Amino acid sequence: MELVVAAAIGILTMVGIYLLLRAHTFPVILGLTFLSYAVNVFLFAMGRLTIDRPPVISPDAMGYTDPLPQALVLTAIVISFGMTALIVVLALRGYLETGSDRSALDAPRRTDEEGRS
Amino acid sequence: MTPLDHMIILPVILPAMTAAFLVLALRHHLKGQRTVSIVVTALLLGIATFLFAQASDGTVRAYRLGDWPAPYGITLVLDRLSATLLLLTAVLALCVAVYAAGGVDGRGRHFHPLFQFQLMGINGAFLTGDVFNLFVFFEVMLIASYGLMLHGGGPARLKAGFQYVAINLLASVVFLVGVGLIYAVTGTLNMADLAMKVPQVAEADAAVLKAGALLLFLVFATKAALVPLHWWLPATYAGTSAPAAALFMIMTKVGAYAIIRVYGLVFGAGAGPLALAAAPFVIPAALVTLGVGAIGLVGSRTLRDLSAFAVIASMGTLLVAIGLFDTAGLSAGLYYLVHSTLAGAALFLIAGLVQEQRGAASDRLLPAPAMAGETLLGGLFFLAAIALVGLPPLSGFLGKVMILQAAQAAAIWPWIWALILAASLVMTFGFARAGSVLFWASGPASESRAPPALPLAAVVLLLGLTVAWTLAAGPATDGLQLTARQALDRSAYIGAVLGPDVRLATGN
Repeated sequence: MELVVAAAIGILTMVGIYLLLRAHTFPVILGLTFLSYAVNVFLFAMGRLTIDRPPVISPDAMGYTDPLPQALVLTAIVISFGMTALIVVLALRGYLETGSDRSALDAPRRTDEEGRS
Repeated sequence: MTPLDHMIILPVILPAMTAAFLVLALRHHLKGQRTVSIVVTALLLGIATFLFAQASDGTVRAYRLGDWPAPYGITLVLDRLSATLLLLTAVLALCVAVYAAGGVDGRGRHFHPLFQFQLMGINGAFLTGDVFNLFVFFEVMLIASYGLMLHGGGPARLKAGFQYVAINLLASVVFLVGVGLIYAVTGTLNMADLAMKVPQVAEADAAVLKAGALLLFLVFATKAALVPLHWWLPATYAGTSAPAAALFMIMTKVGAYAIIRVYGLVFGAGAGPLALAAAPFVIPAALVTLGVGAIGLVGSRTLRDLSAFAVIASMGTLLVAIGLFDTAGLSAGLYYLVHSTLAGAALFLIAGLVQEQRGAASDRLLPAPAMAGETLLGGLFFLAAIALVGLPPLSGFLGKVMILQAAQAAAIWPWIWALILAASLVMTFGFARAGSVLFWASGPASESRAPPALPLAAVVLLLGLTVAWTLAAGPATDGLQLTARQALDRSAYIGAVLGPDVRLATGN
């Protein structure tokens, strides 16, 4: 199981970084989403991989799984979900107002100056 | 606990409640929003002053939310360092709120609620005693800052905004990876608990923990605009509105604060095999940052770009001082931090006024018809420039002298001296060029109205505070020395958060 989880995190991160380095906004957003999936699984694994155990310490149970990373993941999911929604809106607005979805800065800044002068 | 003990949480709760109230009750009343926002920010200044006075007795105060014992519950910690930065935030916020009330806040919607949410995040980041809550408050601060950055709109701002959001989302992911690694090794995220457990980490785990610590450093360096992670800053600060950029001055300082907190306390001098994990990288990177800032400043084509590069240069100087990780360096750094926040914010606000006054020429560094109120604005710009470059007699000069003195302790002090002095020279040239183009080389006056009163008052207030900070240098340095000593003192912090018994047990 360790190998599967580790490989999954690795592949998600790889895909995320590759997409993040694209010059258009949509792949960048997808890349960020992949990265946030990777980090969520990673955080889970940081509480050690345990299955079929309750997240609470009780005398009846054989053992327990660390509940704290699960709480951290929950917070991280909520935050990354909100952020992704925001950046999608931002990218859409940018596309509608400038007519291009390039995420590079130099181009629009130059056209902005030319437009004014 | 007496009611006064609960004051510690007010800098977080008050802006949060105010923001919600502004959105729900005063949605369409800009005047009402302005009044409430300014009154609440003034109230925040009062609270911060009270907390500062409270922290000045030298004890570290821990506030346990819901009285859950540390390290299980959420802890807020008030010491001299966090109290100083809370006070600075409140002062800056009041000036920015007054400036924004001069009309900028009416160009988009919800300026004041976003402003209050941002204050909540910044105050929380300064108060939290927990690495994961630091992440949460970073995010609160960033979500609000995305809104503020885009406030008022425009295609250029949208593009710069996308980059700003993307780089910060990436930084958040890296933050979480760092937090995960640290948790995996130590089993805790409470800073006091970490400070206690990090020195005892098994040798086999030390490498993993160090990887986590350095990943966190990358995140804080991104926030603090340390080279090579500074590329987002010029476009963001130059692309947004003047009051938002002025408020963002404190956001780079949040990065610097986190570096002090995490690498002074948790991975500080007493952290065993991981002592000063980030220290070898800070000063070299800070020196390059200073150089890049100074060169960028000379090459800027607009006053706002110039201001943004001045921020980068000042962050470089500040991090050189912090990177020394000793009392002298840290107290010099804190003096410079307060100065650069006030003077930098003043410069951004002046750039905003110039942009309004010059009409079509905006703030580009090209000859244009003279603007109304040119003498006054020119004088204010001159003062802000002197302060930021670090020429006598203003506080920038004193701050730089203190940093140069403290740097003598470092092995590479000739490099530090040479670069700080050379950068000051280059920056003087850059500011002189900008000032002469903007205020001297102007043609016959065109018709434009006099600068609006409220924003002008905010700029004068900020520059007045810079002057006051210069005059108060003696007592301020004494206080900051105590602050620096306390910030690097692990045992007091651990004792306050985890209880005195723990301190005895570990013998720190």
